[in-house]
Formats: sequence, structure tokens, C-alpha cells
Amino acid sequence: MQGFVTLIQAAVFFGTVIMFGCIGEIIAEKAGNLNLGVPGIMYLGGIASLAAVFIYEGSTENPSKAVCVLIALVSAFCASALGGLIYAFLTITLRANQNVTGLTLTIFGSGVANFFGGSLNTLAGRFEQIAVPVTSSAFRTTITPLADLGIVGKLFFSYGFMVYLAILCAIIVHRFLMHTRAGLNLRTVGENPQAADAAGINVTKNKYLAICIGAGISGFGGVYYVMDYIKGTWANDGSIEKLGWLAVALVIFATWKSINAIWGAYLFGILYWMYMYIPGLTRSSQEIFKMLPYVVTIIVLVVSSMKNSREKQPPASLGLAYFREER
Amino acid sequence: MAETAIALKHVTKTFGSVVANDDVTMEIRKGEILSLLGENGSGKTTLMNMLSGIYYPDGGEIFVDGNKVTIRDPKDAYELGIGMVHQHFKLVDVFTAAENLVIGIDSHKKLNRKEIAESMRWICEKYGFRMDPEKKVYDMSVSEKQTLEIIKVLYRGARILILDEPTAVLTPQETEKLFAVIRNMKEDGKTVIIITHKLHEVLSVSDRVAILRKGAYIDTIETAKADESILTEMMVGEKVELNIERPEVKDKKKRLTIQNLTCYNAEGVKVLDDVSFNVYGGEILGIAGVSGNGQKELLEAIAGLQSAAPEAQIDYFLPDAEEKIPLLGKTPRQIRDLGVHLSFVPEDRLGMGLVGTMGMAENMMLKDYRSGKSFFVGKKHPKELAEKIREELGVVTPGISTPVRRLSGGNVQKVLVGREIAENPTVLMTAYAVRGLDINTSYTIYHLLNEQKMKGVAVIYVGEDLDVLMELCDRILVLCGGKVNGILDGRTAKKEEVGLRMTKLQNDSAPKKKTAKKSEEGAAK
Repeated sequence: MQGFVTLIQAAVFFGTVIMFGCIGEIIAEKAGNLNLGVPGIMYLGGIASLAAVFIYEGSTENPSKAVCVLIALVSAFCASALGGLIYAFLTITLRANQNVTGLTLTIFGSGVANFFGGSLNTLAGRFEQIAVPVTSSAFRTTITPLADLGIVGKLFFSYGFMVYLAILCAIIVHRFLMHTRAGLNLRTVGENPQAADAAGINVTKNKYLAICIGAGISGFGGVYYVMDYIKGTWANDGSIEKLGWLAVALVIFATWKSINAIWGAYLFGILYWMYMYIPGLTRSSQEIFKMLPYVVTIIVLVVSSMKNSREKQPPASLGLAYFREER
Repeated sequence: MAETAIALKHVTKTFGSVVANDDVTMEIRKGEILSLLGENGSGKTTLMNMLSGIYYPDGGEIFVDGNKVTIRDPKDAYELGIGMVHQHFKLVDVFTAAENLVIGIDSHKKLNRKEIAESMRWICEKYGFRMDPEKKVYDMSVSEKQTLEIIKVLYRGARILILDEPTAVLTPQETEKLFAVIRNMKEDGKTVIIITHKLHEVLSVSDRVAILRKGAYIDTIETAKADESILTEMMVGEKVELNIERPEVKDKKKRLTIQNLTCYNAEGVKVLDDVSFNVYGGEILGIAGVSGNGQKELLEAIAGLQSAAPEAQIDYFLPDAEEKIPLLGKTPRQIRDLGVHLSFVPEDRLGMGLVGTMGMAENMMLKDYRSGKSFFVGKKHPKELAEKIREELGVVTPGISTPVRRLSGGNVQKVLVGREIAENPTVLMTAYAVRGLDINTSYTIYHLLNEQKMKGVAVIYVGEDLDVLMELCDRILVLCGGKVNGILDGRTAKKEEVGLRMTKLQNDSAPKKKTAKKSEEGAAK
């Protein structure tokens, strides 16, 4: 039982990081832009929040927890949205290839983040790790009375607020896309930009907004990873990138519906950590288990393609640039 | 005198060097059904796209209800009460009918699907449509999609409706239904503009007809005072003398026979209907028809790129043998190797014939890379060929390695036709070979085709300019609705006759066969 509880907890931690990344990506893809820069954007979000609160904690006597959280989230959102803006400018205005641009953004984001992450570690002292204890503890504060409710508390209430924010985000984004006119317009842009244009929707504006806001939300995944998952430190080990790719895979798994991303993210988490809880695995057989999330994604792709259900397909003009005066 | 809904003054639009609309001045009256008539490329759709905000005019003024307006995008058009149903539907497949109605409008209102469905039902009842608001677009037939487009325009409060070739995709019954709806809309005080090139429809539904020819406005006449021959004459214009050479070749040999060719497109619509004709070496067979009447499919079927219904038969005769070789069932490569060449399809000039980012030499290689025995491709021959074509046809390019994408349209055509001719074809098929080319280049292409003809090649020339067809071709096959609507002798045919056959299926099948036979006999002599 103890093992089960810790597995679920690990899965929730893990899932929350990729859920943020996935929700942001869903918004961008619904606008017809396949943003493979998600890992880079999560890196940007992570390092921006870490640097900002590091400066704040270092310059203030008694840093306030609320201010710390606010600074972390705002700086991460801005940095990630800026990353999205670069991508949007290249792919929408300059009509560069989306895949190439996205991959470049991933390389750029991880380079920038690891460069500054290394610098921050140096700043923090030669042999020390950087730490932002106040902010990190603020992110990890649980809802006290509920978290003590035995197994139920451990399973559902033993997490920082970002876990619940991610679920809320997924629900809001789903409501927005499926049940508002603005969401309908956005989906039109991703499905058929010609139709959107003829209906008077500003295709460029919608794409820019979707990509930038989507990137901002993806960036929260980086914040959560840095502040909660690795407890306010920095590690130049590329694990954000790995999670970023899983976030992209999760978009497909969730069939472009953010509501599915909630359980999908936790399922990915369970699959990813399962090797820890299966007795008798050697180091090499562990790696096979780590593969499971990807295998499941491929199976979902195969099944949904075979079923030929139109609702479960990617947006029709995903990956294509839009020209108006084309003849 | 009725009030004016829209007035266009000196409206001009150019695309690159092509003038799509040249100084168009015309009026559309309130509450009328106006047909906009013209051949392909006469600028009907471009003109209307400027009213619906898809294009912006280069010059001229537009007045709506007497006020000068600027229509920058479709939103402006909707605000002025102008709505257009495009030929290619602008619908989102995965949305329901109701959802498609509201995209792009009232963005700040709540998305109340019930309310939208309610107003949709109301519109349907008023004008006599049938449509389930919950139906997804991907489950709809073509005519349902069109109905939805019209409902969409009405839902947005359009007072002036523009329908771009609405009947092109409809069956006769569906067309009748559509016309009933159009008349209902007129009753309701709406102004309706129909873009079309079907004469009988013009005559049956519209109040007035406006005619465009080659981008220029010709005139508007009352439908009551018009008949088919008047309209055809206005549409095709006076015969223009072009002085294209038409050498006579003796000893024409049968090269291809096409029998009972029927093809369906991806949507299952019949695009070619029981087409039968012969092609002879040493002649240019012109194919006339409004675009989208099966020309593309016909050429592709011969080239092996289009599958045909089982009863069809296409036979090929080798130059010096009587034996016939069936082409159906052969791969495009096998057909090519027999000498049947499909060259330039400028609807997709670069896409199908050439690779835009490659230079002339590399494009030559596309047809030639299999020839050598070595593992590596030989570059010498393609380079020589490219140089030869560049010199002989006068291709203007900085060098044979300059990407062909950067060449002008005429030069791209020359590269394509040069490459096909270099392989000594026995059948050369060309589609819209001179579209977008200047006069001199066009004559160069005509000359090239004539040279091939003199060599005994069977040339099939799909064209859109009737004057050219009538001066260049020995015989003209007219396609209408995927059917062969007469094969005329290019030397004796009248322009009006070709124009009429393009737009209206002739019921006199008996005399048609006779003419066809006669001209074929003439060709065989």
C-alpha cells in the first residue's frame, strides 16, 4: 500500500510538469502550429523563474512567500511567451518551416537555460548548488489539514498548489476551446485558415496569441519542475528536455483535448515510474519500462488512425503556413 | 429605375503581370438577380472577391448604397451586408452546421448552441432549406455544404449575396432547388449575384446578365432581351485574327483510340462520361471546354495517372505498326516509354512537371536518371541537354543551375516543353500551355508544337483561348460536363458554335456524330 501511494505521488509530480507543457502545446496546435519548441520553452520558464526569485531572495531581508510565487510565475510566463513569440514570428510572419523552427527553439531554450543555470550555480558559491528555499517551500506548501487525512490526504492533498492549478488550467482551456466563440474561432484557424479568413477572423492575430499564451502555460511546467520537483535548485542534466518531449507526446495521446491531458499525464507518470515498484528489475530492464509512455502514445496513434474518427485527428491545417493572396 | 446596390467604378486588379480586371465599371441593382457571365479567366471571381474582401483592388472605387466604401477584409464586407459563397467551400469539417454559422462573428457573446440552432431553423423555414444544425460538415454531401454556406451568409445578415458557380457541383434537381431558394431570396428583397458560364441557367434564373471578357467589362443586358446566341457572342467576342501557322500534314496515322472512357473524382462524381475519340499523328487536336469539365482527368487517364471505369479502352498504335497496345493498366512509366508524354499542366506548373528548387540541368535529370548503368548519376548528358534547350528555345536564365523557381512563367514553360520534346515523343499532351505568357513566348510555343506535328507527332492541346484553338488546331474536341460535345474541324468551325457547345450540351447526338465522323475522315486523309 505504501508503495502504491508513493507511486501515485511520484506520478502526480511527474504528470504535473508534462500536463502544463501539454496544455500549452494543445493551444498552439489548435491554432495550426506544431510547436516542437516545448522543451526549450519549459527550460526558459524554469530558468527565468529561478533567476528572478534568486535575485529577489538575495536582495530582500524577509522575502514574502506570496511575492516569491508571483515573481516566479510572472517571470516564467513572460520568458516562455517571449520564446513563443520568436517561434510565432518565424513561422507566421516569415513562414519558416514549423518543425525546424520548433526544434531550433528547443536547442536554443536548453542552451540559454543551462548557460544561466550554470552561472547561477557559480554565483551561489563555488561548491554550492543554487537554492531558493523560500520560494521552493512556498511552492511545496500543502493544504495542511487535508494533507493529514491518511491515505486519502496523501493521494489527493499532499501536493503544492501548482498540481491543482494544472488541473484547473486543463479544464479552463477545454471550456474555452469547446464552449466559447473565441475558442471556436481559434479552432477554425487551425482547421481551415481560409475559412477563418473568409469569415473575418484575423488569422495572424489568433495564431500569435495562441502560440504566445500556449508557450506561457508550457513554461509553468518548467517552473513546477524547478521549484517543486527538484526543490528550487538547478541541474544541467537535460531532464526538462526529456519531459518536454513527453509533453508533446501527451498532446497526441490526449487527442488534442486538454481534458484528456489530466488523466493522460498521470498515466504517463505511473508508466514512467512503474519500474521502481516492480521487484526484480535489473538496470537494463528498467529502461524498457521507461519506454512505456512512448509505446502507449504510438498505440493511441495507431488506434485513432485506424478508427478514422474525424474528431480524434489533429487539426486539419496543422503545420501549414497560411498565405492569403495565393492564386 | 431601380436603386443601385453596388456600383464599381474603374476597378482594376493585377496579379504580377496578368491583368485580372481591367477598368471595370458596372452597376448592380437592388433586389435583382444578376448573372455574371464570362469564360474562364475572364475575371468574374476576382471581381467578386474584391467585393467580399478577399482581394483588394489596385485601382478604382466601389460604392455600396451610394456611399464610397473601402473593403479591406471579409469583415468589412459583412458589415456592408455583402456575403459570398465561394466555389471552394469555406467550412470546417469537424464542426457542426450550427458551429460553422457563427465562426468569426460576435466573438464576445456566449456560445449558446441552442440559440444558434433556433435562428438557423428559422432561416431554413423562411427560405426553404433543409438542414440539421447538429450535423457535422464531414457527413454532408456537396449540395448540403453549399446550402450551409448560403445559410451562413444569410445568418450574417447579408443583403447582397454573391454565389460563385453555385451549380457546378449540383445535379439538375439540386440546381432547380437552389434556383427556387434564390427566387425566395429575391422575394425577400435580397440582391443576388450568380457567377456562372452556363447559359441556360443564366436565362432561367436571372433578371439581368453582365458579361466579362478577358478581364474587361463588356455590357449588361436584360435577360428578357437575350438569347443564347447573343450571350455567346458577347462572351467569346469577335473572332480575332492571330495569324498562327497551321501547316497541313499529309499521311496522318491513327495514334490513339479512346473508347467509352468514364472517370470519377475523389468525391465519386463523374468527371468524364463515356468519352470516345481518335487521335492522329501529324495533327493538333484541340480540347476546348470550360475548366473543370474533365480536361485534366482526360489527359491524366491517357498518361496513366487516373483510373478509369472498367468498360473504358485506350489503345495506342506504334508509328510503323498496325498492332494496337492497350494503355489502361500500364504504369505511367511504361506509357511514357511508349512515347506518350504529358507536358506542362500550369495549374500546377512547378508541382507536377519540375522541381522549383532545382536548376535546369537537374530538372533534365529527373527524366533521365535511370538511363545510365553506373551507381552514380551522370551529369554530363543532362547538362548538355539543358544548354541545348536554353540555346534553342531562348530560355532566359542566369545559368542552368539557377533554380527554375526563379525563372519567369514563360521560361519555365520552355524548359518543360523542351525537355518533353527532347525525348522524341509520339504523343505530346499539353494543358494551358500559354497561360500567363506574353505574346511572343506564346508564338514560340505554338511554333514548337507545330514542329512536332510536322514530325508526325500527335499533339493534344488543351486550351482556353478559343481564337488560338481555332487557328492552331486541326480538330477541336469540345468537352461539356465530361461529355464529348462535338468534334469540329478547326478550319471551318465557327467561334460561336464552339462557345455554345462549351456551355450547353447538344441534344442532337445524331448530327454530332456525323460531324465528328466527317472531320475524322478529313483528318485521316
